Amino acid sequence: MELSTIHGLRDLLANREISAEELTNQALEKIEKIDDKIKAFVTVTKDEAIQVAREIDQKRSKGESLGPLAGIPMALKDNMCTEDIKTTCSSKILYNFIPPYSAKVYEKLLGAGSILLGKTNMDEFAMGSSTENSGFFPTCNPWDLNCVPGGSSGGSAAAVASGEAVFALGSDTGGSIRQPASFCGVVGLKPTYGAVSRYGLIAYASSLDQIGPFTRDVTDCALVMNAITGHDSFDSTSALVDYPDYTRFLVNDIKDMRIGIPREYFGEGIEPEVEAKIREAINKLEELGAVVEECSLPHTQYALPAYYIIAPAECSSNLARYDGVRYGLRVEDADDIVSMFSRTRDQGFGIEVKRRIMLGTYALSSGYYDAYYLKALKVRNLVKQDFDKAFEKFDCLITPTAPSVAFEFGSKADTIAMYKQDVCTIPINLAGIPALSLPYGLVNNMPVGLQFVGKAFGEGNLLRVAYTLEQNSDQTRLEPSLEGVK
Amino acid sequence: MKISIKDVEYVALLSRLELTEAEKVEQLRELNKILDSMEVLNKVDTSGVEPLAHVLPIYNVLREDELRATLPKEKVLQNAPEEDEGMFKVPKIV
Repeated sequence: MELSTIHGLRDLLANREISAEELTNQALEKIEKIDDKIKAFVTVTKDEAIQVAREIDQKRSKGESLGPLAGIPMALKDNMCTEDIKTTCSSKILYNFIPPYSAKVYEKLLGAGSILLGKTNMDEFAMGSSTENSGFFPTCNPWDLNCVPGGSSGGSAAAVASGEAVFALGSDTGGSIRQPASFCGVVGLKPTYGAVSRYGLIAYASSLDQIGPFTRDVTDCALVMNAITGHDSFDSTSALVDYPDYTRFLVNDIKDMRIGIPREYFGEGIEPEVEAKIREAINKLEELGAVVEECSLPHTQYALPAYYIIAPAECSSNLARYDGVRYGLRVEDADDIVSMFSRTRDQGFGIEVKRRIMLGTYALSSGYYDAYYLKALKVRNLVKQDFDKAFEKFDCLITPTAPSVAFEFGSKADTIAMYKQDVCTIPINLAGIPALSLPYGLVNNMPVGLQFVGKAFGEGNLLRVAYTLEQNSDQTRLEPSLEGVK
Repeated sequence: MKISIKDVEYVALLSRLELTEAEKVEQLRELNKILDSMEVLNKVDTSGVEPLAHVLPIYNVLREDELRATLPKEKVLQNAPEEDEGMFKVPKIV
């Protein structure tokens, strides 16, 4: 069965060859059939989805104007607030939280006519690279159920790769869209910081978090970007710029495009078979007319340690709000308020979340602030300056998305080994720039991801080069056999 | 070892986390591993480099001070673990 795309389904819907309700029922049936094995969803919103689909069909039959994503079933990572629909962040501390309002992206997607199938699993509070840190259960990789789907947006990636949802949104603080996109063989884009409103996104590290799409091809990525980008006065870090129609970058031509290959992202730490696939893609782009040249981003190796100071520091502040007072878990029989806070937080948070809160609290505490936090912010500037210099010369950079293909559950039990999963993606968040992961072939029957990195608000170049490669290669559209779930 | 069990206990107190003894031992081991891996940052010369807290050139975003709709009280209270007469109820403070 060929997995459907937004642009393919849009025509079927417009020509009345299928109704939104039929399409939604197909998706819900698929979830019912395979999600007990994939476990991509934390909550399935069956009744709401059918209701919305019927409304879309009614509007269509009356000839009313419909949004650009009308009738397309999608999924949201469970850290985006959905009014009256449970939103847990895959954490026990929010196991029963019903948001009183919706995230801006959800409002925008509803406005565009898309249909929410449910909320997807993730590493608790988006802290992790495998979904093994989910407070509920891990999600499985549709390519091999013994392997992780990546993380933290592993549920969204698995839902799109397995055909449960046509597209999904995730969030990316250090690679949480791109790495699972790579592991599951789908397209994932982390937009420029500020391009997509974070209003209603449950915060992990506010200066790094950004929402973006998982799709089955590059055209769909542009279509979802059209729906979710834009200034929002409810997010004070939202960028006031002109947002383009991203579909105009879907051009099959990269003649004379200048592509840089940063040498620090290759060699040690990257699996040789993965590197070989990336080199193969680069050769292909050169054949297609791009001007490819090696370059250097000298502070790359310092990005990972700087991130593991900055992100925990921000999280220690952001997660202070989970105290059992206004929502979520509260332990019973606490004698006083401090004991209620401390015991609620100990019971509600998983081990990795506690670790990052403590790490951040330590880095910000009196006597250590300059040595850790301030130092990390200065290094962050150097990492950003490396990219600024590179983009004086290049239109885009190419690296691997992740150092390996998807690994087996339990195989990265060491904390540092897990952190190193994001070595190729973290520098991009520190610099606030956009990056797209495109599937490119298989290694040991598991998908490889190619990362395109652009300058701030340069998503257009990423879409153009990814689209061109997609149109000229048979390596970018990957579909798992789903042997293990039938 | 950079930090001690006492540091872990102090940071846990600041973080309002009541850890079990086993958790304290695990956190000590892992935090020291992580802090060791950060030593590499001391090799970077950052003299004269400005700290970068935020990537966008946005300062003092202001809006008109106009009345706008807020959430209804019952929606705000709908998740309260315990409420009383339209207020969040908590254990005694003093």
